[in-house]
Amino acid sequence: MSSVTITRAEHRRSERRRSEHNRAGWLFSMPFLVIYALFLVGPVLVGLVVSFFNTATVAPGLGEWVGLDNYAEVLGSGEFWASMWHSTLFTLLTTPLLVVLPLIAAMLAARVTRNQWFFRLAFFAPYVVPSSIVCLIFAFMYTPETGLISHAFGWVGLTAPDFLGSVNGAWFSVVMLTVWWTFGFNFILYLAAIMDIPEDVYEAAALDGTSPLQQMRHLTIPMVRSTISLVVLLQVLASLKVFDQIYLLLQGGPDKATRPAIEYIYDTGFTSYRGGYAASATMVYFLALVLVAVIWALLRRGRKVAE
Amino acid sequence: MSLMSTPRAGRGFHPDLATKAFNRLATTCLVVFALLWLVPFAWALITSLRPNDEITADPVDFWGSSWTLDAYSKAWDANPIGWWYVNSLIISVLAVVLTVAVCSMIGFALAHLDFRGKRVLVALVLAGIMMPMESLVLPQFMQLRAFHLLGTYWALILPAIAAPVAVFIFRAFFRQIPDSLIDAARIDGVGWWRIYLQICMPLCRPATSAVAILTFISTWNAFLLPLLVLTQTKSQTIPVGLSSLIGGSAIQYAETMASSILGILPLFAAFLLLQRRIVQGVAQTGIR
Repeated sequence: MSSVTITRAEHRRSERRRSEHNRAGWLFSMPFLVIYALFLVGPVLVGLVVSFFNTATVAPGLGEWVGLDNYAEVLGSGEFWASMWHSTLFTLLTTPLLVVLPLIAAMLAARVTRNQWFFRLAFFAPYVVPSSIVCLIFAFMYTPETGLISHAFGWVGLTAPDFLGSVNGAWFSVVMLTVWWTFGFNFILYLAAIMDIPEDVYEAAALDGTSPLQQMRHLTIPMVRSTISLVVLLQVLASLKVFDQIYLLLQGGPDKATRPAIEYIYDTGFTSYRGGYAASATMVYFLALVLVAVIWALLRRGRKVAE
Repeated sequence: MSLMSTPRAGRGFHPDLATKAFNRLATTCLVVFALLWLVPFAWALITSLRPNDEITADPVDFWGSSWTLDAYSKAWDANPIGWWYVNSLIISVLAVVLTVAVCSMIGFALAHLDFRGKRVLVALVLAGIMMPMESLVLPQFMQLRAFHLLGTYWALILPAIAAPVAVFIFRAFFRQIPDSLIDAARIDGVGWWRIYLQICMPLCRPATSAVAILTFISTWNAFLLPLLVLTQTKSQTIPVGLSSLIGGSAIQYAETMASSILGILPLFAAFLLLQRRIVQGVAQTGIR
Protein backbone atom coordinates (compact mmCIF):
# COMPACT_ATOMS: atom_id res chain seq x y z
CA MET A 1 0.00 0.00 0.00
CA SER A 2 1.27 3.40 -0.88
CA SER A 3 0.87 6.30 1.47
CA VAL A 4 -2.66 7.54 1.23
CA THR A 5 -3.48 11.17 1.46
CA ILE A 6 -6.99 11.56 2.63
CA THR A 7 -8.46 14.58 1.03
CA ARG A 8 -10.45 16.90 3.19
CA ALA A 9 -13.68 16.05 1.40
CA GLU A 10 -13.16 12.33 1.91
CA HIS A 11 -12.39 12.90 5.53
CA ARG A 12 -15.54 14.91 6.01
CA ARG A 13 -17.56 12.24 4.25
CA SER A 14 -16.29 9.47 6.51
CA GLU A 15 -16.93 11.67 9.55
CA ARG A 16 -20.49 12.20 8.42
CA ARG A 17 -20.92 8.49 7.76
CA ARG A 18 -19.76 7.74 11.29
CA SER A 19 -22.14 10.05 13.04
CA GLU A 20 -24.97 8.92 10.80
CA HIS A 21 -24.33 5.29 11.65
CA ASN A 22 -24.03 6.16 15.32
CA ARG A 23 -27.36 7.90 15.45
CA ALA A 24 -29.25 5.35 13.35
CA GLY A 25 -27.66 2.43 15.18
CA TRP A 26 -28.75 3.62 18.58
CA LEU A 27 -32.21 4.66 17.39
CA PHE A 28 -32.84 1.22 15.91
CA SER A 29 -31.55 -0.48 19.04
CA MET A 30 -33.35 1.69 21.56
CA PRO A 31 -36.81 0.04 21.72
CA PHE A 32 -35.29 -3.36 22.35
CA LEU A 33 -32.76 -2.04 24.84
CA VAL A 34 -35.43 -0.31 26.91
CA ILE A 35 -37.56 -3.44 27.12
CA TYR A 36 -34.49 -5.60 27.66
CA ALA A 37 -33.35 -3.43 30.56
CA LEU A 38 -36.81 -3.31 32.12
CA PHE A 39 -37.98 -6.88 31.74
CA LEU A 40 -34.85 -9.00 31.51
CA VAL A 41 -32.23 -7.19 33.55
CA GLY A 42 -34.97 -5.70 35.77
CA PRO A 43 -36.12 -8.92 37.44
CA VAL A 44 -32.53 -9.90 38.26
CA LEU A 45 -31.95 -6.58 40.04
CA VAL A 46 -35.36 -6.59 41.73
CA GLY A 47 -34.77 -10.16 42.94
CA LEU A 48 -31.32 -9.25 44.24
CA VAL A 49 -32.55 -6.18 46.14
CA VAL A 50 -35.66 -7.82 47.56
CA SER A 51 -33.66 -10.82 48.75
CA PHE A 52 -32.01 -8.62 51.40
CA PHE A 53 -35.33 -7.45 52.83
CA ASN A 54 -38.10 -8.96 54.82
CA THR A 55 -40.58 -8.19 52.03
CA ALA A 56 -44.14 -9.48 52.16
CA THR A 57 -45.52 -10.45 48.75
CA VAL A 58 -48.96 -8.95 49.40
CA ALA A 59 -48.00 -5.69 51.10
CA PRO A 60 -46.41 -2.81 49.20
CA GLY A 61 -42.94 -1.61 50.12
CA LEU A 62 -39.73 -3.47 50.79
CA GLY A 63 -40.13 -4.10 54.48
CA GLU A 64 -37.27 -4.36 56.93
CA TRP A 65 -33.62 -4.80 55.94
CA VAL A 66 -32.41 -8.23 57.03
CA GLY A 67 -29.07 -8.47 55.24
CA LEU A 68 -28.04 -12.03 54.52
CA ASP A 69 -30.57 -13.60 56.91
CA ASN A 70 -32.81 -14.80 54.07
CA TYR A 71 -29.87 -16.47 52.37
CA ALA A 72 -28.79 -18.14 55.59
CA GLU A 73 -32.30 -19.48 56.04
CA VAL A 74 -32.61 -20.67 52.42
CA LEU A 75 -29.25 -22.42 52.50
CA GLY A 76 -30.13 -24.06 55.79
CA SER A 77 -33.60 -25.13 54.69
CA GLY A 78 -34.07 -28.85 54.13
CA GLU A 79 -37.24 -28.16 52.12
CA PHE A 80 -35.39 -25.87 49.73
CA TRP A 81 -32.63 -28.40 49.10
CA ALA A 82 -35.23 -31.14 48.70
CA SER A 83 -36.91 -29.07 45.98
CA MET A 84 -33.54 -28.41 44.30
CA TRP A 85 -32.90 -32.15 44.39
CA HIS A 86 -36.32 -32.85 42.83
CA SER A 87 -35.52 -30.51 39.93
CA THR A 88 -32.16 -32.25 39.55
CA LEU A 89 -33.70 -35.72 39.78
CA PHE A 90 -36.26 -34.77 37.13
CA THR A 91 -33.36 -33.62 34.93
CA LEU A 92 -31.45 -36.86 35.51
CA LEU A 93 -34.54 -38.91 34.65
CA THR A 94 -35.62 -37.00 31.54
CA THR A 95 -32.36 -35.88 29.90
CA PRO A 96 -31.00 -39.33 28.89
CA LEU A 97 -34.39 -40.34 27.47
CA LEU A 98 -34.85 -37.06 25.63
CA VAL A 99 -31.31 -37.04 24.24
CA VAL A 100 -31.11 -40.67 23.10
CA LEU A 101 -34.63 -41.65 21.97
CA PRO A 102 -35.15 -38.70 19.60
CA LEU A 103 -31.70 -39.32 18.12
CA ILE A 104 -32.56 -42.94 17.33
CA ALA A 105 -35.94 -41.91 15.91
CA ALA A 106 -34.34 -39.19 13.78
CA MET A 107 -31.69 -41.57 12.42
CA LEU A 108 -34.41 -44.00 11.43
CA ALA A 109 -36.66 -41.25 10.04
CA ALA A 110 -33.82 -39.94 7.87
CA ARG A 111 -33.82 -43.32 6.09
CA VAL A 112 -37.50 -43.18 5.31
CA THR A 113 -37.91 -41.86 1.84
CA ARG A 114 -41.59 -41.07 1.65
CA ASN A 115 -44.16 -39.41 3.88
CA GLN A 116 -41.69 -37.97 6.32
CA TRP A 117 -44.28 -35.31 7.18
CA PHE A 118 -46.15 -38.00 9.09
CA PHE A 119 -43.33 -38.42 11.62
CA ARG A 120 -42.89 -34.70 11.99
CA LEU A 121 -46.62 -34.43 12.65
CA ALA A 122 -46.86 -37.32 15.09
CA PHE A 123 -43.79 -36.40 17.12
CA PHE A 124 -43.91 -32.63 16.97
CA ALA A 125 -47.65 -31.99 17.38
CA PRO A 126 -47.59 -32.62 21.17
CA TYR A 127 -45.01 -29.85 21.52
CA VAL A 128 -47.50 -27.14 20.45
CA VAL A 129 -50.06 -28.24 23.05
CA PRO A 130 -50.19 -26.17 26.27
CA SER A 131 -48.99 -27.93 29.43
CA SER A 132 -52.37 -27.78 31.14
CA ILE A 133 -54.04 -29.63 28.28
CA VAL A 134 -51.29 -32.24 28.20
CA CYS A 135 -51.92 -32.71 31.92
CA LEU A 136 -55.71 -32.90 31.47
CA ILE A 137 -55.34 -35.70 28.95
CA PHE A 138 -52.69 -37.58 30.91
CA ALA A 139 -54.46 -37.20 34.26
CA PHE A 140 -57.38 -38.90 32.56
CA MET A 141 -55.19 -41.66 31.16
CA TYR A 142 -53.55 -42.24 34.56
CA THR A 143 -56.87 -42.62 36.41
CA PRO A 144 -56.77 -45.99 38.20
CA GLU A 145 -60.11 -47.52 37.16
CA THR A 146 -60.85 -45.81 33.87
CA GLY A 147 -57.49 -44.67 32.55
CA LEU A 148 -56.04 -46.00 29.32
CA ILE A 149 -52.48 -46.31 30.64
CA SER A 150 -53.66 -48.09 33.79
CA HIS A 151 -55.52 -50.54 31.55
CA ALA A 152 -52.55 -50.95 29.23
CA PHE A 153 -50.49 -52.18 32.19
CA GLY A 154 -53.17 -54.82 32.75
CA TRP A 155 -53.09 -55.92 29.09
CA VAL A 156 -49.42 -56.86 29.32
CA GLY A 157 -49.92 -58.57 32.66
CA LEU A 158 -48.49 -55.89 34.94
CA THR A 159 -50.10 -54.10 37.84
CA ALA A 160 -50.22 -50.39 37.23
CA PRO A 161 -48.52 -48.35 39.95
CA ASP A 162 -50.48 -45.67 41.75
CA PHE A 163 -49.55 -43.03 39.18
CA LEU A 164 -50.52 -39.96 41.14
CA GLY A 165 -50.49 -41.27 44.70
CA SER A 166 -47.13 -43.00 45.19
CA VAL A 167 -43.72 -41.38 44.88
CA ASN A 168 -42.34 -43.80 42.28
CA GLY A 169 -45.60 -43.75 40.34
CA ALA A 170 -45.59 -39.96 40.39
CA TRP A 171 -42.08 -39.73 38.96
CA PHE A 172 -42.92 -42.33 36.35
CA SER A 173 -46.09 -40.52 35.28
CA VAL A 174 -44.48 -37.10 35.07
CA VAL A 175 -41.41 -38.36 33.18
CA MET A 176 -43.56 -40.30 30.70
CA LEU A 177 -45.76 -37.25 30.10
CA THR A 178 -42.72 -35.03 29.57
CA VAL A 179 -41.10 -37.42 27.13
CA TRP A 180 -44.32 -37.57 25.10
CA TRP A 181 -44.76 -33.81 25.21
CA THR A 182 -41.24 -32.59 24.33
CA PHE A 183 -39.78 -35.49 22.32
CA GLY A 184 -40.56 -33.79 19.01
CA PHE A 185 -38.48 -30.71 19.68
CA ASN A 186 -35.21 -32.63 19.95
CA PHE A 187 -36.30 -34.97 17.15
CA ILE A 188 -36.58 -32.00 14.80
CA LEU A 189 -33.18 -30.61 15.81
CA TYR A 190 -31.55 -33.99 15.15
CA LEU A 191 -33.41 -34.61 11.91
CA ALA A 192 -32.28 -31.25 10.53
CA ALA A 193 -28.66 -31.96 11.46
CA ILE A 194 -28.75 -35.46 9.95
CA MET A 195 -30.32 -34.24 6.72
CA ASP A 196 -27.49 -31.70 6.43
CA ILE A 197 -24.87 -34.44 6.13
CA PRO A 198 -23.79 -34.59 2.49
CA GLU A 199 -25.03 -37.58 0.48
CA ASP A 200 -21.66 -38.65 -0.86
CA VAL A 201 -20.41 -39.49 2.62
CA TYR A 202 -23.00 -42.24 2.80
CA GLU A 203 -22.50 -43.28 -0.80
CA ALA A 204 -18.80 -43.79 -0.19
CA ALA A 205 -19.53 -45.76 2.96
CA ALA A 206 -22.10 -47.89 1.15
CA LEU A 207 -19.57 -48.68 -1.57
CA ASP A 208 -17.20 -49.85 1.16
CA GLY A 209 -19.90 -52.28 2.20
CA THR A 210 -20.66 -50.89 5.64
CA SER A 211 -23.97 -51.92 7.19
CA PRO A 212 -26.60 -49.34 8.10
CA LEU A 213 -25.86 -49.80 11.79
CA GLN A 214 -22.15 -49.23 11.23
CA GLN A 215 -22.97 -46.12 9.21
CA MET A 216 -25.07 -44.79 12.05
CA ARG A 217 -22.38 -45.46 14.62
CA HIS A 218 -19.33 -44.35 12.69
CA LEU A 219 -20.78 -41.69 10.41
CA THR A 220 -24.03 -40.18 11.57
CA ILE A 221 -23.33 -39.88 15.28
CA PRO A 222 -19.85 -38.31 14.93
CA MET A 223 -21.19 -35.86 12.35
CA VAL A 224 -24.02 -34.64 14.51
CA ARG A 225 -21.93 -34.48 17.67
CA SER A 226 -22.27 -30.72 18.02
CA THR A 227 -26.06 -31.00 17.73
CA ILE A 228 -26.05 -33.68 20.42
CA SER A 229 -24.13 -31.43 22.77
CA LEU A 230 -26.53 -28.56 22.00
CA VAL A 231 -29.51 -30.80 22.71
CA VAL A 232 -27.96 -31.91 26.00
CA LEU A 233 -27.52 -28.31 27.15
CA LEU A 234 -31.00 -27.18 26.04
CA GLN A 235 -32.52 -30.25 27.66
CA VAL A 236 -30.68 -29.87 30.97
CA LEU A 237 -31.62 -26.20 31.23
CA ALA A 238 -35.24 -26.88 30.24
CA SER A 239 -35.57 -29.80 32.66
CA LEU A 240 -34.03 -27.87 35.55
CA LYS A 241 -36.76 -25.26 35.07
CA VAL A 242 -39.57 -27.80 35.36
CA PHE A 243 -42.75 -26.53 36.98
CA ASP A 244 -45.94 -26.82 34.92
CA GLN A 245 -46.45 -30.56 34.69
CA ILE A 246 -45.39 -31.41 38.24
CA TYR A 247 -47.55 -28.64 39.67
CA LEU A 248 -50.58 -29.37 37.50
CA LEU A 249 -50.52 -33.14 37.70
CA LEU A 250 -49.30 -33.71 41.26
CA GLN A 251 -49.22 -30.34 43.06
CA GLY A 252 -45.67 -31.37 43.91
CA GLY A 253 -47.02 -34.35 45.81
CA PRO A 254 -47.46 -36.91 47.12
CA ASP A 255 -46.52 -35.03 50.26
CA LYS A 256 -44.07 -32.65 48.51
CA ALA A 257 -42.01 -35.60 47.32
CA THR A 258 -41.80 -34.24 43.77
CA ARG A 259 -42.03 -30.49 44.42
CA PRO A 260 -39.49 -28.75 42.14
CA ALA A 261 -37.53 -25.57 42.90
CA ILE A 262 -39.89 -23.20 41.09
CA GLU A 263 -42.83 -24.60 43.04
CA TYR A 264 -40.93 -24.07 46.28
CA ILE A 265 -40.43 -20.43 45.32
CA TYR A 266 -44.09 -20.21 44.30
CA ASP A 267 -45.23 -21.71 47.61
CA THR A 268 -43.08 -19.53 49.85
CA GLY A 269 -43.69 -16.41 47.77
CA PHE A 270 -47.36 -16.68 46.88
CA THR A 271 -48.88 -19.00 49.48
CA SER A 272 -46.87 -17.96 52.55
CA TYR A 273 -46.34 -14.45 51.09
CA ARG A 274 -42.68 -14.40 52.15
CA GLY A 275 -41.48 -12.37 49.17
CA GLY A 276 -38.01 -11.53 50.48
CA TYR A 277 -37.28 -15.09 51.44
CA ALA A 278 -38.61 -16.45 48.14
CA ALA A 279 -36.49 -13.88 46.31
CA SER A 280 -33.31 -15.16 47.93
CA ALA A 281 -34.33 -18.73 47.02
CA THR A 282 -34.86 -17.39 43.49
CA MET A 283 -31.36 -15.94 43.40
CA VAL A 284 -29.75 -19.19 44.57
CA TYR A 285 -31.71 -21.17 42.01
CA PHE A 286 -31.01 -18.65 39.26
CA LEU A 287 -27.31 -18.74 40.03
CA ALA A 288 -27.30 -22.55 39.84
CA LEU A 289 -28.84 -22.41 36.34
CA VAL A 290 -26.43 -19.72 35.13
CA LEU A 291 -23.56 -21.80 36.50
CA VAL A 292 -24.66 -24.81 34.44
CA ALA A 293 -24.76 -22.70 31.29
CA VAL A 294 -21.37 -21.13 31.98
CA ILE A 295 -19.71 -24.45 32.78
CA TRP A 296 -21.05 -25.88 29.55
CA ALA A 297 -19.74 -22.91 27.59
CA LEU A 298 -16.30 -23.25 29.21
CA LEU A 299 -16.18 -27.00 28.55
CA ARG A 300 -17.05 -26.40 24.93
CA ARG A 301 -14.42 -23.74 24.55
CA GLY A 302 -11.91 -26.05 26.22
CA ARG A 303 -12.73 -28.84 23.82
CA LYS A 304 -12.47 -26.54 20.83
CA VAL A 305 -9.04 -25.40 21.96
CA ALA A 306 -7.99 -29.00 22.54
CA GLU A 307 -9.04 -29.94 19.05
CA MET B 1 -33.16 -25.84 4.29
CA SER B 2 -32.25 -29.40 3.57
CA LEU B 3 -34.97 -30.60 5.92
CA MET B 4 -37.45 -29.39 3.37
CA SER B 5 -35.78 -30.84 0.32
CA THR B 6 -36.68 -34.25 -0.96
CA PRO B 7 -35.32 -36.85 1.42
CA ARG B 8 -32.29 -38.92 0.56
CA ALA B 9 -32.49 -42.18 -1.39
CA GLY B 10 -34.21 -40.88 -4.48
CA ARG B 11 -30.58 -40.27 -5.40
CA GLY B 12 -28.35 -42.21 -7.65
CA PHE B 13 -26.91 -45.15 -5.78
CA HIS B 14 -28.69 -48.44 -5.28
CA PRO B 15 -28.82 -49.80 -1.77
CA ASP B 16 -28.11 -53.50 -1.41
CA LEU B 17 -30.67 -55.98 -0.17
CA ALA B 18 -29.59 -55.89 3.46
CA THR B 19 -29.84 -52.11 3.51
CA LYS B 20 -33.27 -52.29 1.89
CA ALA B 21 -34.44 -54.78 4.48
CA PHE B 22 -33.03 -52.60 7.23
CA ASN B 23 -34.78 -49.54 5.87
CA ARG B 24 -38.05 -51.41 5.70
CA LEU B 25 -37.65 -52.56 9.29
CA ALA B 26 -36.77 -49.01 10.37
CA THR B 27 -39.87 -47.67 8.68
CA THR B 28 -42.11 -50.23 10.33
CA CYS B 29 -40.71 -49.61 13.81
CA LEU B 30 -40.99 -45.88 13.36
CA VAL B 31 -44.56 -46.03 12.08
CA VAL B 32 -45.63 -48.10 15.08
CA PHE B 33 -43.81 -45.68 17.36
CA ALA B 34 -45.45 -42.66 15.71
CA LEU B 35 -48.92 -44.19 15.86
CA LEU B 36 -48.38 -44.86 19.55
CA TRP B 37 -47.48 -41.17 19.92
CA LEU B 38 -50.86 -40.16 18.52
CA VAL B 39 -52.84 -42.31 20.98
CA PRO B 40 -53.35 -39.60 23.65
CA PHE B 41 -54.89 -37.27 21.04
CA ALA B 42 -57.04 -40.03 19.60
CA TRP B 43 -58.21 -41.11 23.01
CA ALA B 44 -59.09 -37.57 24.10
CA LEU B 45 -61.03 -37.09 20.87
CA ILE B 46 -62.90 -40.38 21.09
CA THR B 47 -63.76 -39.84 24.75
CA SER B 48 -65.05 -36.35 24.04
CA LEU B 49 -67.49 -37.80 21.51
CA ARG B 50 -68.97 -40.49 23.75
CA PRO B 51 -71.85 -40.18 26.23
CA ASN B 52 -70.68 -40.10 29.86
CA ASP B 53 -72.63 -43.18 31.00
CA GLU B 54 -70.97 -45.28 28.29
CA ILE B 55 -67.52 -44.07 29.32
CA THR B 56 -68.07 -45.08 32.94
CA ALA B 57 -69.50 -48.44 31.86
CA ASP B 58 -66.62 -49.28 29.54
CA PRO B 59 -63.86 -46.67 29.67
CA VAL B 60 -61.43 -48.19 27.16
CA ASP B 61 -63.90 -49.14 24.46
CA PHE B 62 -62.35 -47.52 21.40
CA TRP B 63 -65.33 -47.89 19.18
CA GLY B 64 -68.46 -46.98 21.14
CA SER B 65 -71.92 -47.51 19.72
CA SER B 66 -73.16 -43.96 19.89
CA TRP B 67 -71.50 -40.63 19.23
CA THR B 68 -72.54 -37.22 20.47
CA LEU B 69 -71.32 -33.64 20.44
CA ASP B 70 -73.12 -33.04 23.70
CA ALA B 71 -69.94 -32.68 25.73
CA TYR B 72 -68.76 -29.81 23.52
CA SER B 73 -71.79 -27.64 24.12
CA LYS B 74 -71.65 -28.46 27.83
CA ALA B 75 -67.95 -27.61 28.00
CA TRP B 76 -68.54 -24.34 26.19
CA ASP B 77 -71.36 -23.40 28.59
CA ALA B 78 -69.58 -24.46 31.77
CA ASN B 79 -66.54 -22.23 31.28
CA PRO B 80 -65.91 -18.88 29.58
CA ILE B 81 -63.83 -20.60 26.90
CA GLY B 82 -64.78 -17.90 24.41
CA TRP B 83 -63.19 -15.27 26.63
CA TRP B 84 -60.11 -17.39 27.14
CA TYR B 85 -59.71 -17.64 23.37
CA VAL B 86 -60.01 -13.89 22.99
CA ASN B 87 -57.47 -13.20 25.76
CA SER B 88 -54.98 -15.74 24.44
CA LEU B 89 -55.37 -14.42 20.93
CA ILE B 90 -54.89 -10.73 21.82
CA ILE B 91 -51.85 -11.44 23.99
CA SER B 92 -50.19 -13.74 21.47
CA VAL B 93 -50.83 -11.56 18.43
CA LEU B 94 -49.59 -8.39 20.11
CA ALA B 95 -46.53 -10.23 21.44
CA VAL B 96 -45.75 -11.51 17.94
CA VAL B 97 -46.13 -8.13 16.23
CA LEU B 98 -44.06 -6.27 18.81
CA THR B 99 -41.36 -8.93 19.07
CA VAL B 100 -40.89 -8.97 15.31
CA ALA B 101 -40.80 -5.16 15.15
CA VAL B 102 -38.48 -4.51 18.08
CA CYS B 103 -36.10 -7.44 17.59
CA SER B 104 -35.76 -6.98 13.84
CA MET B 105 -34.86 -3.31 14.34
CA ILE B 106 -31.93 -4.01 16.64
CA GLY B 107 -31.06 -7.04 14.52
CA PHE B 108 -30.78 -4.71 11.53
CA ALA B 109 -28.63 -2.24 13.46
CA LEU B 110 -26.27 -4.97 14.67
CA ALA B 111 -25.95 -6.39 11.16
CA HIS B 112 -25.55 -3.31 9.00
CA LEU B 113 -24.79 -0.24 11.08
CA ASP B 114 -21.35 0.58 12.32
CA PHE B 115 -21.88 2.41 15.57
CA ARG B 116 -20.00 3.02 18.79
CA GLY B 117 -20.81 0.48 21.51
CA LYS B 118 -22.04 -2.15 19.08
CA ARG B 119 -19.75 -4.85 20.45
CA VAL B 120 -20.99 -4.21 23.96
CA LEU B 121 -24.57 -4.55 22.75
CA VAL B 122 -23.83 -7.85 21.03
CA ALA B 123 -22.27 -9.20 24.22
CA LEU B 124 -25.22 -7.93 26.25
CA VAL B 125 -27.79 -9.62 24.03
CA LEU B 126 -25.71 -12.80 23.96
CA ALA B 127 -25.68 -12.87 27.76
CA GLY B 128 -29.47 -12.58 27.66
CA ILE B 129 -29.74 -15.83 25.68
CA MET B 130 -28.09 -17.72 28.51
CA MET B 131 -30.38 -16.20 31.12
CA PRO B 132 -32.94 -18.61 32.56
CA MET B 133 -35.83 -16.14 32.68
CA GLU B 134 -38.50 -18.59 33.88
CA SER B 135 -36.65 -18.95 37.16
CA LEU B 136 -37.17 -15.25 37.91
CA VAL B 137 -40.94 -15.33 38.00
CA LEU B 138 -41.22 -13.97 41.54
CA PRO B 139 -39.19 -10.77 41.07
CA GLN B 140 -40.88 -10.42 37.68
CA PHE B 141 -44.25 -10.49 39.41
CA MET B 142 -43.15 -7.91 42.00
CA GLN B 143 -41.85 -5.66 39.27
CA LEU B 144 -45.08 -5.89 37.27
CA ARG B 145 -47.02 -5.04 40.39
CA ALA B 146 -44.84 -1.99 40.99
CA PHE B 147 -45.59 -0.90 37.40
CA HIS B 148 -49.33 -1.43 38.05
CA LEU B 149 -49.52 -3.90 35.19
CA LEU B 150 -51.12 -6.80 37.07
CA GLY B 151 -54.35 -7.94 35.49
CA THR B 152 -53.44 -6.35 32.15
CA TYR B 153 -52.41 -7.96 28.90
CA TRP B 154 -49.20 -5.91 28.96
CA ALA B 155 -47.91 -7.88 31.95
CA LEU B 156 -47.60 -10.86 29.62
CA ILE B 157 -46.77 -9.09 26.38
CA LEU B 158 -43.90 -6.83 27.48
CA PRO B 159 -41.69 -9.54 29.08
CA ALA B 160 -42.21 -11.69 25.97
CA ILE B 161 -40.83 -8.99 23.67
CA ALA B 162 -37.36 -8.96 25.22
CA ALA B 163 -36.28 -12.00 23.21
CA PRO B 164 -32.50 -12.11 22.66
CA VAL B 165 -32.82 -15.24 20.52
CA ALA B 166 -35.08 -13.38 18.09
CA VAL B 167 -32.46 -10.62 17.81
CA PHE B 168 -29.84 -13.16 16.78
CA ILE B 169 -32.12 -14.83 14.27
CA PHE B 170 -32.80 -11.48 12.60
CA ARG B 171 -29.16 -10.43 12.77
CA ALA B 172 -28.08 -13.68 11.12
CA PHE B 173 -30.57 -13.22 8.28
CA PHE B 174 -29.83 -9.52 7.78
CA ARG B 175 -26.13 -10.27 7.52
CA GLN B 176 -26.77 -12.36 4.42
CA ILE B 177 -27.87 -9.20 2.64
CA PRO B 178 -24.73 -7.80 0.96
CA ASP B 179 -23.45 -4.46 2.24
CA SER B 180 -23.07 -3.32 -1.37
CA LEU B 181 -26.84 -3.39 -1.82
CA ILE B 182 -27.31 -1.18 1.19
CA ASP B 183 -24.48 1.16 0.22
CA ALA B 184 -26.00 1.55 -3.21
CA ALA B 185 -29.31 2.51 -1.66
CA ARG B 186 -27.55 4.99 0.63
CA ILE B 187 -25.84 6.63 -2.33
CA ASP B 188 -29.23 6.99 -3.96
CA GLY B 189 -30.27 8.91 -0.85
CA VAL B 190 -32.56 6.30 0.67
CA GLY B 191 -32.96 6.74 4.44
CA TRP B 192 -32.07 4.04 6.96
CA TRP B 193 -35.68 3.52 7.95
CA ARG B 194 -36.70 2.80 4.38
CA ILE B 195 -33.71 0.52 3.84
CA TYR B 196 -34.77 -1.49 6.89
CA LEU B 197 -38.46 -1.54 6.05
CA GLN B 198 -38.50 -1.78 2.27
CA ILE B 199 -35.29 -3.60 1.44
CA CYS B 200 -34.25 -5.72 4.39
CA MET B 201 -37.52 -6.83 5.94
CA PRO B 202 -38.98 -8.21 2.69
CA LEU B 203 -35.77 -10.18 2.13
CA CYS B 204 -36.00 -11.77 5.57
CA ARG B 205 -39.41 -13.40 5.47
CA PRO B 206 -38.11 -16.78 6.77
CA ALA B 207 -36.67 -15.08 9.85
CA THR B 208 -39.89 -13.17 10.41
CA SER B 209 -42.02 -16.26 10.15
CA ALA B 210 -39.74 -18.33 12.40
CA VAL B 211 -39.74 -15.66 15.10
CA ALA B 212 -43.48 -15.04 14.70
CA ILE B 213 -44.51 -18.68 14.93
CA LEU B 214 -42.25 -19.54 17.86
CA THR B 215 -43.26 -16.40 19.78
CA PHE B 216 -46.89 -17.26 19.14
CA ILE B 217 -46.54 -20.82 20.45
CA SER B 218 -44.61 -19.79 23.54
CA THR B 219 -46.92 -16.91 24.54
CA TRP B 220 -50.07 -18.90 23.80
CA ASN B 221 -48.78 -21.81 25.94
CA ALA B 222 -47.26 -19.79 28.79
CA PHE B 223 -48.59 -20.93 32.13
CA LEU B 224 -46.93 -19.71 35.31
CA LEU B 225 -46.81 -15.95 34.68
CA PRO B 226 -50.41 -15.79 33.35
CA LEU B 227 -51.48 -17.85 36.37
CA LEU B 228 -50.01 -15.22 38.68
CA VAL B 229 -50.86 -12.13 36.70
CA LEU B 230 -54.40 -12.71 35.42
CA THR B 231 -56.53 -13.66 38.38
CA GLN B 232 -60.08 -13.00 37.19
CA THR B 233 -61.74 -16.02 35.57
CA LYS B 234 -62.77 -14.09 32.48
CA SER B 235 -59.39 -12.50 31.95
CA GLN B 236 -57.48 -15.79 31.92
CA THR B 237 -55.80 -17.41 28.96
CA ILE B 238 -56.66 -20.86 27.62
CA PRO B 239 -53.89 -22.76 29.46
CA VAL B 240 -54.67 -21.16 32.83
CA GLY B 241 -58.42 -21.40 32.41
CA LEU B 242 -58.32 -25.06 31.48
CA SER B 243 -55.88 -25.92 34.27
CA SER B 244 -58.72 -25.51 36.78
CA LEU B 245 -60.37 -28.59 35.28
CA ILE B 246 -57.50 -30.94 36.19
CA GLY B 247 -58.46 -33.22 39.02
CA GLY B 248 -62.01 -31.92 38.84
CA SER B 249 -65.12 -34.05 39.10
CA ALA B 250 -64.27 -37.56 38.05
CA ILE B 251 -67.48 -38.29 36.18
CA GLN B 252 -67.44 -35.71 33.43
CA TYR B 253 -64.69 -37.23 31.33
CA ALA B 254 -66.36 -36.37 28.06
CA GLU B 255 -66.75 -32.75 29.01
CA THR B 256 -63.16 -32.44 30.23
CA MET B 257 -61.80 -34.04 27.09
CA ALA B 258 -64.04 -31.84 24.95
CA SER B 259 -62.54 -28.80 26.69
CA SER B 260 -59.06 -30.11 25.95
CA ILE B 261 -59.89 -30.58 22.31
CA LEU B 262 -61.34 -27.07 22.16
CA GLY B 263 -58.14 -25.77 23.73
CA ILE B 264 -55.87 -27.59 21.30
CA LEU B 265 -57.88 -26.85 18.17
CA PRO B 266 -56.58 -23.39 17.20
CA LEU B 267 -52.96 -24.34 17.77
CA PHE B 268 -53.45 -27.59 15.94
CA ALA B 269 -55.01 -25.86 12.98
CA ALA B 270 -52.14 -23.38 12.90
CA PHE B 271 -49.69 -26.24 13.20
CA LEU B 272 -51.18 -28.18 10.30
CA LEU B 273 -51.21 -25.07 8.11
CA LEU B 274 -47.70 -23.95 8.99
CA GLN B 275 -46.11 -27.31 9.73
CA ARG B 276 -43.15 -26.85 7.44
CA ARG B 277 -42.36 -23.37 8.65
CA ILE B 278 -42.63 -24.31 12.31
CA VAL B 279 -40.36 -27.27 11.86
CA GLN B 280 -37.96 -25.17 9.83
CA GLY B 281 -37.95 -22.47 12.50
CA VAL B 282 -37.09 -24.93 15.25
CA ALA B 283 -34.49 -26.66 13.12
CA GLN B 284 -32.74 -23.40 12.31
CA THR B 285 -32.81 -21.78 15.65
CA GLY B 286 -33.35 -24.31 18.37
CA ILE B 287 -35.42 -21.85 20.41
CA ARG B 288 -37.54 -23.37 23.05
